[in-house]
Amino acid sequence: MMEIEYIALLARLRLTEEEKELFSRQLGSIIDYINKLNRLDTSDVEPTSHVLPIKNVFREDRQGVSSERDEILRNAPSKKGGFYKVPKIIE
Amino acid sequence: MELYRLGIREAIELISKKEISPLELLESVFQRIDSVEERIKAYVTIERESAFNRARGLENKPMEGKLHGIPVAVKDNICTRGVRTTCSSRILENFIPPYESTVTSRLTVQGYILAGKTNLDEFAMGSSTENSAFFITRNPWDTERVPGGSSGGSAAAVAADECIAALGSDTGGSIRQPAAFCGIVGLKPTYGRVSRYGLVAFASSLDQIGPLTKCVEDAAILLNIIGGHDHHDSTSVAMSVPDFTSALGMDIKGLKIGIPREYFIEGVDKEVENGVRDAIKRLESLGAVPLEISLPHTEYAVATYYILATSEASSNLARYDGVKYGLRMDGENLIEMYMNTRHHGFGAEVKRRIILGTYALSSGYYEAYYRKAQQVRTLIRQDFENAFKEVDVIITPTTPTPAFRIGEKTRDPLQMYLSDIFTIPVNLAGVPAISIPCGFSGEGLPIGLQIIGRHFDEENILKVAYAYEQDTEWHKRRPVL
Repeated sequence: MMEIEYIALLARLRLTEEEKELFSRQLGSIIDYINKLNRLDTSDVEPTSHVLPIKNVFREDRQGVSSERDEILRNAPSKKGGFYKVPKIIE
Repeated sequence: MELYRLGIREAIELISKKEISPLELLESVFQRIDSVEERIKAYVTIERESAFNRARGLENKPMEGKLHGIPVAVKDNICTRGVRTTCSSRILENFIPPYESTVTSRLTVQGYILAGKTNLDEFAMGSSTENSAFFITRNPWDTERVPGGSSGGSAAAVAADECIAALGSDTGGSIRQPAAFCGIVGLKPTYGRVSRYGLVAFASSLDQIGPLTKCVEDAAILLNIIGGHDHHDSTSVAMSVPDFTSALGMDIKGLKIGIPREYFIEGVDKEVENGVRDAIKRLESLGAVPLEISLPHTEYAVATYYILATSEASSNLARYDGVKYGLRMDGENLIEMYMNTRHHGFGAEVKRRIILGTYALSSGYYEAYYRKAQQVRTLIRQDFENAFKEVDVIITPTTPTPAFRIGEKTRDPLQMYLSDIFTIPVNLAGVPAISIPCGFSGEGLPIGLQIIGRHFDEENILKVAYAYEQDTEWHKRRPVL
């Protein structure tokens, strides 16, 4: 079974002990189910990342209308002087 | 008849003839909301004040838009500027979008009125709307049962006449499955037909916005408005959008309908199967030609989906970090802040899927899971391509059973995932599909018929859906509330 704590750390999720136990069990049975894909030989099959044959879209590098800073910052949980405020990241 | 019962086409006809006014229509819809919403719980946010202001603004104005004064409910994962958009998640509980989604911008141009924002499984992850962080929405046909999901709020609001029509989103069946459970019409357009700009991303290669309506014609009317290229979404396709209403009423004589044997299997409820088989006979009597076909990789679709959708979700939901918007829970340092925020902000199903997706993408497993699933996706897509060389549309049950009971599948996530077994392959292939009512179970629960078409051929599925609908009475039934 997957190393749930390691995966949760990668996903930046704190889990309770109960969640670790519950998710390990549930995800174990889901992964057992998913493993049925191994019955298919796909060695010569191209992967589909996207159903449409679309390409990159380019545009002129021109200045356009953008959102107002204050309107964007209205949703910020913490802000100061027109910036997002976050915990100290440099020791 | 009460005005709230009306669909878009009927209501617009009355408004254009000045037999009713936008304000009268809105008053009727809000009276209905006042009398049934407490039992249904379809809405996260009801926009009463702004809706009445808008209706008053439209009153006595010349009719310009195609939705002049039509109250529409919008799933709460579609951004509406200045109107709280929560995704039914604690992490976005107080999020007020600073911009408008393309679909609602287009409805606004046509004079629609936003009735409110509807409940969903958190971030559209679920099949019953039980994963909403706020409350459970109930099925108007039997309030002990789920409305389906994830667009359960939109489907219940339409079925209970708490709006004239609604928008939802469909990643693995989230429009069609609740439409089937609630006895209404739900259309998932071709991937790329409708702009996803302003739709909060779940699985970007699968997500698509579409209408939930009281009849097929209304779905065509809404698709006419929301369809088409948008420079804000580079996956929306620069193709002209036909007038989908002009396909309605056309003859279906000689049209070939494929019946895939993999969709009539053990585990499909007998009443559902009989309802769909009767519908096929009915279409045959209208001149369609049924042909048995095979979609051989159907049984691998759910497994493929739960790798691809969770992988994309784990990446898309990385943005909820407590910095730019949404909930923040403090921590000793930045990582702890992230982990605490996401711990408190996300519900169990969202956490499960983020973990599964992170696992599938993690070093050492990527080839075995993610790449493998992308390869199987190719096989599933090819199944449809091959089938559509022989037939014009494909007909299946939308769901293996009618609406299940609240709490029936919450303990076993895999059983919940398997309830989407017939809708998921459509998203993986990117083709369009519609669910329409095709009967009722002995207990009075609606049964859904799914009609699947070729890429960008919504016209044929709407044509077949309309022909069937006009020949039957199912869509006229309403739940007793």
